[in-house]
Amino acid sequence: MFKLLDGSQTLGRGRTFWSCFLVVLAAALIYPVFADSYDVGNFSYFLIWIFMALGLCLMWGYGGMLSFGQTLFFGISGYAYGVLAINMGGGSATIAALVLSIVIAMIAAGILGYFMIWGGINGIFFGIVTLSATLVLAFFLGQTAGPEWHIGPARLNGYNGMKGMDPLAIGDFYIEGSALYYFMVALIVIVYLALRMLVNSRIGNVIVATRENPQRAEMLGYDVRKYQLLTFTIGSGLAGLSGALYTSWGQFITPSSIGLPAAAMPIVWVAFSGRSDLTATLVGSFLLLFGFQTITVYSQQAALVLMGALLLATVMLAPQGFVLGVGKLVADRWTGRRRRGASQALADASRLQPDET
Amino acid sequence: MSAELFSVFYQFADVFAFLILSAAGLAIVFGMMGVINMAHGEFIMCGAYVTVGLVKLGVPLAIAQALAAVTAGLIGVAVEYLVVRRFYKRPLDSLLATWGLSLIVTQSMLLIVGSSITGIGTPEGSFAIGGYTFSTYRLVLFACAVAVLIGLYVTFMKTRFGMMARATMQNAAMARALGARTGRIYAISFGIGAGLAGLCGALYAPTMTLIPTMGATFVVESFVTVVVGGANVLLGTAPAAVFLAIIRMALNASYGQIIGQIGMLFAVILIIRVLPEGISSVLVRRGR
Repeated sequence: MFKLLDGSQTLGRGRTFWSCFLVVLAAALIYPVFADSYDVGNFSYFLIWIFMALGLCLMWGYGGMLSFGQTLFFGISGYAYGVLAINMGGGSATIAALVLSIVIAMIAAGILGYFMIWGGINGIFFGIVTLSATLVLAFFLGQTAGPEWHIGPARLNGYNGMKGMDPLAIGDFYIEGSALYYFMVALIVIVYLALRMLVNSRIGNVIVATRENPQRAEMLGYDVRKYQLLTFTIGSGLAGLSGALYTSWGQFITPSSIGLPAAAMPIVWVAFSGRSDLTATLVGSFLLLFGFQTITVYSQQAALVLMGALLLATVMLAPQGFVLGVGKLVADRWTGRRRRGASQALADASRLQPDET
Repeated sequence: MSAELFSVFYQFADVFAFLILSAAGLAIVFGMMGVINMAHGEFIMCGAYVTVGLVKLGVPLAIAQALAAVTAGLIGVAVEYLVVRRFYKRPLDSLLATWGLSLIVTQSMLLIVGSSITGIGTPEGSFAIGGYTFSTYRLVLFACAVAVLIGLYVTFMKTRFGMMARATMQNAAMARALGARTGRIYAISFGIGAGLAGLCGALYAPTMTLIPTMGATFVVESFVTVVVGGANVLLGTAPAAVFLAIIRMALNASYGQIIGQIGMLFAVILIIRVLPEGISSVLVRRGR
């Protein structure tokens, strides 16, 4: 099991890496003691999106499937949480609503994924179909302003969005403030480690083999489509987790969190970070979300312009991602001459990363 | 009776024109170069804004629309030269780059010109058949869509440029070896694609509110048409538009716009399950 955490599909291995990991984790755990509660709340707010980024990294970087429509599953799950939490009442039922809404997002992903993957949709079309579905959902939800659009007592409210659901709670204890923060950190650690184990397992190797060359994987006896569907469903489930957490955090969700600018965001985070590694995606997305949050305070539009510029700069200057590139540079320096062989192997491994999917 | 028939045709023509005009530019860029242009909606927006701006300055509508299409085309050539050119060997990255561009343009427009400007109103004129009245402008749009298709056919099948463009499409290295200036052909093709997008925006500018994010209204339709059609513009996009327009029209008429759009998406998902490479793949295979 521990071997899987340190496997060859993930960069960052050995004692140095895990010491850094523990230091960062410790810092994250101590943080609320020193920061004021407003900042802690903000922090948990942008941690929400890390799950969607990690899911996209799995699908795009490891599986070679670029979905533009991760906010589709974000939205489905976010709205599902709202509807379920309102209908099922507060308290511990919210946890059930959280789990159920992720399941709903995964079922939606399974159905859409079945049609796309079994239909043989390749790289570019895959993204277009998911994006189209996303825009149609946003458009549809925008039209649901009338009182006839309701599920039980839950009104969808069109562009104004749905509100009035309870936040996450266990019994009478509301998970908010620093409790929510710790909840998020714990979830991120679990998801990160689980994904590391997944990509280093046999399944992960098949997923990567599929990305490299679907025909070859097929020849070796794997039903490529099943693995792609699995990857797509897991990745979308993580987007769903983000969505449900988002709704429960702010107790509202609007169609604008699904539409075009929102849909571009996960792509920017993951592309900037370096899509072919989970750790790079985690670190990069965190940095970008933090930066984005800071700039948004001044102007939402300006922040989005900057995001677009960042995406353009990434593909033009560092197609493999900035964070990944910097990380490799540091790793090479660190290992130095003494272990030139090892870093050479790392460089070779990185050369195996595809330019294209 | 003939009034009802005409009404059905009118509704079909309306959707068909919308699909063809919004998809033609995208289909060319994709069919020619394998580049999916995520900034397509922004070229449409550009066409619409230039049209409205010029009309407010007193330029007659038709001339303003032509100028808008040309402007979008020129911007397209510039974009090809500055950005898209580097990505022909990395189609997926080209898509990300143009998406980045789209975000920059949309949000900058929001910052600079604000969320909406006043429109210019649909040109007057309507006619009646039986008990129904129809807007003339909608038929003009349909005529434009047909003209675009004919124009594309002539450009790519009957001219020297078209021949070289198709050669480049087939095998760029070979075409270059035979003396075709592939770089220029790529730039012009992208310019034509952008110009058609601009034309789409120009033609629809009088009929809708102008907001910087208006490109998104067209994006779903254009992508879906291209996906269903496949890579070939004439054999793919046009039949796909006919097919989707029929579905859309029927659903619009009986259940309203939202169901029309959702139903169209479902139809698309079903079609690609059966025909992964689009309608054109079947037609091209038949033709051989």
